Amino acid sequence: MDRVTEYLAMGGYAGFIWPAYGLAAVVLAVLFVASRRRLTAAAAELAAVEAVERSPSGEA
Amino acid sequence: MAPSSSLHRFANPARFLRLAAVVQPWAAGLTIAALIAGLYLGLIASPGDYQQGETVRIMYIHVPSAWMALFCYTNMALASAVALIWRHPLADVIAKATAPIGACFTFLALVTGSLWGKPMWGTWWVWDARLTSVLILFFLYLGYMALYNAFDDATRGARAAAVLALVGVVNVPIIKFSVDWWNTLHQPASVVKLDGPAIHPSMLWPLLLMALAFTTYYVWVLLLRVRAELIGRRVRAIRLRQTQVR
Repeated sequence: MDRVTEYLAMGGYAGFIWPAYGLAAVVLAVLFVASRRRLTAAAAELAAVEAVERSPSGEA
Repeated sequence: MAPSSSLHRFANPARFLRLAAVVQPWAAGLTIAALIAGLYLGLIASPGDYQQGETVRIMYIHVPSAWMALFCYTNMALASAVALIWRHPLADVIAKATAPIGACFTFLALVTGSLWGKPMWGTWWVWDARLTSVLILFFLYLGYMALYNAFDDATRGARAAAVLALVGVVNVPIIKFSVDWWNTLHQPASVVKLDGPAIHPSMLWPLLLMALAFTTYYVWVLLLRVRAELIGRRVRAIRLRQTQVR
């Protein structure tokens, strides 16, 4: 347990090192999830407008 | 016309999408593998620095982020140039999709630099050449994104943003050489040097692996965003046709 605590303390710099890693993880994860959501949303929209195109009356 | 015709072969969205389908899983796999290896070496297997102590570990995020900030901007400017000169639609999409990724990396470079600067320099921020020019880079990214969406006519917005990206490219060499041209708190380059890197391999490896992870992450997210944008443009084109038919 002591070794874990000592590791996490990062020689007294824990307050600078862990926020740096945490922020990087959050920023990159949020950007990735947002980008993938855009793609799924766009694909769903395309499927919807193409369904309108295919329907003989031109109505949704 | 050979160079432009070979260029336009990749401009074909169908061809590009086939290429993207091949590249994307590789980019994803490489990102995860390099990230795991880089984090293991950076956080566990590598020693602290004799001067910086454990804070050297912030460098494994900070330096690759700063490299990516410049790499993304250079890509964005190149793609903008191609879009302006050859009216290449895919180049425009790539420039637009790169901007938010580059902005995120620039933001991370600034904040992680600050988190390292406080314990090591004794200050969160100084208005020196390197830090100020990177802050300007961040605002260039934000300006590009704002300008792109500021026009009702999407083509005019794209054109204006591309011009801004090209004007802002003068900032890239200024950032790179700021540590040599001006007196600064920021240390000069220690990896990309003529006489080889001045870093011990135990610290160079996590740095390079994190840089690889960030680069493949960029490719991965770029492909997601480019695909979304291409689909979005197709949706708008179909909608336009449907309203014209009625």
